[in-house]
Amino acid sequence: MAVDEKLKIELGKQGVMVTTIQELYNWGRRSSIWPMQFGLACCAIEMIATTMARYDLARFGSEVFRPSPRQADLMIISGTVTKKMAPQVVRLYNQMAEPRYVIAMGACAISGGPFKQGYNVLKGIDRYIPVDVHIPGCPPRPEALIQAFMTLQKKIDEQHLTGEGRPRHLDEQAPGEFQVPEFGEHDLDPPSNPGTWTVPKIIQ
Amino acid sequence: MASSPYFSLAVLFVVALGFGLAPLGLAWLWQKVFSPAKPNEIKNAIYECGLQSRGDAWVQFRSAYYLYAIIFLIFDVEAIFLLPFAVAFTGLGAAACVSMLVFVLLLIEGLAWAWAKGVLTWA
Repeated sequence: MAVDEKLKIELGKQGVMVTTIQELYNWGRRSSIWPMQFGLACCAIEMIATTMARYDLARFGSEVFRPSPRQADLMIISGTVTKKMAPQVVRLYNQMAEPRYVIAMGACAISGGPFKQGYNVLKGIDRYIPVDVHIPGCPPRPEALIQAFMTLQKKIDEQHLTGEGRPRHLDEQAPGEFQVPEFGEHDLDPPSNPGTWTVPKIIQ
Repeated sequence: MASSPYFSLAVLFVVALGFGLAPLGLAWLWQKVFSPAKPNEIKNAIYECGLQSRGDAWVQFRSAYYLYAIIFLIFDVEAIFLLPFAVAFTGLGAAACVSMLVFVLLLIEGLAWAWAKGVLTWA
């Protein structure tokens, strides 16, 4: 049962705090998004800068970079994902505990970026795992990464715990495992996860 | 019962126990009601470095470390006993000195044995 927003503010002025379990739960989740500690390429330098004193990611409750996927909530794909690296990234994502989120940081993580033509570069990590926030840039500035964090927090805040649009970790039917690609003869096998990504149709 | 001097302590103990157990219970309840467990083979793997886990988590370590630890322990304990002996040395009789000598000689015998066995050279 939702409390009227105006009534809530009015009650707040009188010193009465009203909330719902959903709000409390989402507040807890969004205030402690612990990222996994791993960098892939030059974007990682900007990611490191974001955590340092000048940009201070601690303001968003995300300064605790975990060295194990078991303790992490967020995976920041910070840089070029080569086809050699892609299976490892997907496997680490699989080992993260729910709820888990992914930020694709920079042009390479989104689409392959400047190395898109390379035979060895994955054309976007969203071919294998669901990405929550994409941030463009080459590399994105720390402010952009902070913007991504704020976008993710906003996304978490708006999620409902029950019903159709509930987040994946609360849905028993939603998949918990994403297929780890293997090294094929010419390309990764499969080239994309069918449930996660569909090949865009070219209309001429 | 309430007049017992330990009554307030018992109350504090129960409260402390509840303070520790209640969050755990609530977390368990939350997990049961809202968050379905989704284990899979990759998530349950023994190791998480990104590469495929191989083998067992139960691996063997070299016994050389064990011997080093034992020898270290002998001299660690010896130092603890030698310090009070040295402090009280001027006021001690002949019997105390002899018993201390036996103690140190026993340990030196252990060292000599380890030396003769070649434990001190790292293979």
